[in-house]
Amino acid sequence: MKKRYIIIFVLLVISQTKAQDKFFTKTGYVSFYSHSLVEDIKADNNQSLSIIDTKTGKIAIKILMRSFMFKKALMQEHFNENYIESHKFPKAAFSGIINNYEDLDDKITKTEITGTLKIHGKEKEIVIKTNVVITNSKIVLSGNFNVEVADFDIKIPSIVSKNIAKTIKITFELNHEPYK
Amino acid sequence: MKKVLFIVFLIISATCSAQEDLESILNDETQEINTKVSATFKGTRIINGHSVETRKKSNFEFLISHRFGRINSGADELFGLDDSNIRFGFEYALTDNLSIAIGRSSFEKTYDAYVKYKLINQRIGKKPFPFSLTYFGSATEKTIKDYDPNDKPTFVNRLTYTSQLLIAKKINPSFSFQITPTYIHFNSVRTTKDDNNIYAIGLGSRMKLSKRISLNAEYFYNTNQFQSRDIRNSLALGIDIETGGHVFQLIFSNSRSMIEKGFIAETTGNFFKGDIHFGFNISRAF
Repeated sequence: MKKRYIIIFVLLVISQTKAQDKFFTKTGYVSFYSHSLVEDIKADNNQSLSIIDTKTGKIAIKILMRSFMFKKALMQEHFNENYIESHKFPKAAFSGIINNYEDLDDKITKTEITGTLKIHGKEKEIVIKTNVVITNSKIVLSGNFNVEVADFDIKIPSIVSKNIAKTIKITFELNHEPYK
Repeated sequence: MKKVLFIVFLIISATCSAQEDLESILNDETQEINTKVSATFKGTRIINGHSVETRKKSNFEFLISHRFGRINSGADELFGLDDSNIRFGFEYALTDNLSIAIGRSSFEKTYDAYVKYKLINQRIGKKPFPFSLTYFGSATEKTIKDYDPNDKPTFVNRLTYTSQLLIAKKINPSFSFQITPTYIHFNSVRTTKDDNNIYAIGLGSRMKLSKRISLNAEYFYNTNQFQSRDIRNSLALGIDIETGGHVFQLIFSNSRSMIEKGFIAETTGNFFKGDIHFGFNISRAF
């Protein structure tokens, strides 16, 4: 009888440690910002999903486009209806690998993530500069980078071309915790 | 035996989680969010009549609508363009679901006030709901002096009330449909043959031609038309053009009036004989 409990306990511990090789968040922060002479447009998303495999340094991110919150409701409607077409392309996705992953530790370190960003159904290879902090209970990635609207086949009609920047700044902070 | 099975189960479950790749974990963790269906119609009007849409909180909108004279009135009247009716109005959104407004039409010098409340928004996701439901209620006061000076009607006599339930469904991203049961009460009518209470049902739809242009159609079937006049059902065709933040609507309709009691209960034009009023709606938000 005792033996059985020991086996169960050991197996549970094994499953626990196996799970610890993945760090995960579903409340990641991602925002984008468009600056133009006419107006600034900003949208925040606090429901980004991100997961890191600590054995390989691989990372995958998924963001629901409808979770981007704008200050003006009409902007949000136009973003979803006319530009990003959320009904056709509900998610943005990134999959890549954190460079020099094995050298990273609990000090803030600058590194790069190389991978593929998919927005509006179009994929593009990108390199993202990021700050990384790794502890036993946390992996924090933060930074910002720019994307070109034209790379993702998002059409901006000439009548509003002065309102929307051609280059969009994306800011992120992803606070991963052990995946259970 | 049971013990062995239990242990095997535990081993499987322990190894399984390790084998899952990152993508599939993300897919499993993605929670279906409850999303309100937006932009069932682009504007707060389908053409003449209201759509289920309400403006978002604190939105203050100035609306100008025009209906010219009848197209078949000939070149001398420049096909109706010489004759113009205007309604201008102010609409304010107290909340995302509740709007109030006042307006004034040059046709019969009529003032109108309405309240619009979105009761249910069509939703997709975890708790889906198949359609949107909005209540519309208005009161109008006709102030034109078209009466016998010896028989001046009271303020109350010249009031008319309208209640509508707007029921709309966005069937797919480019096609939306609305059914509008309508009740109109006239405090006074021209002759005793006319019923004070009018019951009508409206049908409206929108079809997107491109991302920013849509074709709209609207029809009101009036079940008990006034008998003292040659009343017809209101038919309208329109094009919505979205320019940045605003919607510009071009309209062809056999109705001259731009308020519910007018176009639903008092339309006299025959669309198919060319009694068509060209017009437009423009709105400007502050």
